[in-house]
Amino acid sequence: MDIQAYIILSLILFTIGVTGVLIRRNAIIVFMCIELMLNSVNLLLVAFSKMHAASAAVKASPTYASDAQVFVFFIMVVAAAEVTVGLSIIVLLFRNTRSVDINFLNRLKY
Amino acid sequence: MSLTTILFILLSLMSVGGALMMLTTKNPVMSVIWLIVVFFSISGHYVMLNAQFLAVVNIIVYAGAIMVLFLFVIMLMNLNSDTEPMRNYKMQMIGVVSGGCLLLIILSALKQLKAAPVQIAVGDQGLIHTLGKTLFTNYVVPFEVASVLFLSAMVGAILIGKKDEENAV
Repeated sequence: MDIQAYIILSLILFTIGVTGVLIRRNAIIVFMCIELMLNSVNLLLVAFSKMHAASAAVKASPTYASDAQVFVFFIMVVAAAEVTVGLSIIVLLFRNTRSVDINFLNRLKY
Repeated sequence: MSLTTILFILLSLMSVGGALMMLTTKNPVMSVIWLIVVFFSISGHYVMLNAQFLAVVNIIVYAGAIMVLFLFVIMLMNLNSDTEPMRNYKMQMIGVVSGGCLLLIILSALKQLKAAPVQIAVGDQGLIHTLGKTLFTNYVVPFEVASVLFLSAMVGAILIGKKDEENAV
């Protein structure tokens, strides 16, 4: 497979995520679209690391090629932490307003 | 067409279709299910790219833990397609057009890129053995920082989530 195919796939997924953030008003769906964007970037990172797997720098040091996958691992870690805090904020919003509409968030205080 | 090309096209169709369905369906529970489909197809891509460990972690962490958390919250709030707040038609069109513009601009910027093949099914950089060695030699400090981050996220979630008892009395 060419790297272009992976770039275009990740780009399409990322754009779907951006569009979702723009067109949906449910805070949970917006959050899920952010997860989708993170995942598309993860996929691209893995694809690029695979593209460079045969280069000379990788052959010189054996752990060099798995650096990108460690990065993806850390992105997943940060995403998991982000989801816990973000969802609890959404639950708090729901408890105060009985709705998950993000238009209620423009005041931030009740 | 080789087998990997067919697999790539199938997985790509699955992920793009799932993402579009997630965006267009009105019921939030169905959105979560479609996002799980996307995550499974991305895990398939990881397997094809020799990232076996990441594929498993993606399924366990994303499809297993994070999406279940989303489902719990949605079911706790009793959200369905009737309570779904929707933007008006004009705002939706503006959002779609701006998203399409972003796609077109980045695509046109990538046109000068040289085609480089991605080596599929060679190398062992995705195995737990290699990844663990990298994680615990070069990335020990970020690993420990990640554990602190998790702890603070957990404490923060509990703090935000619990009822304000002092102010209630």
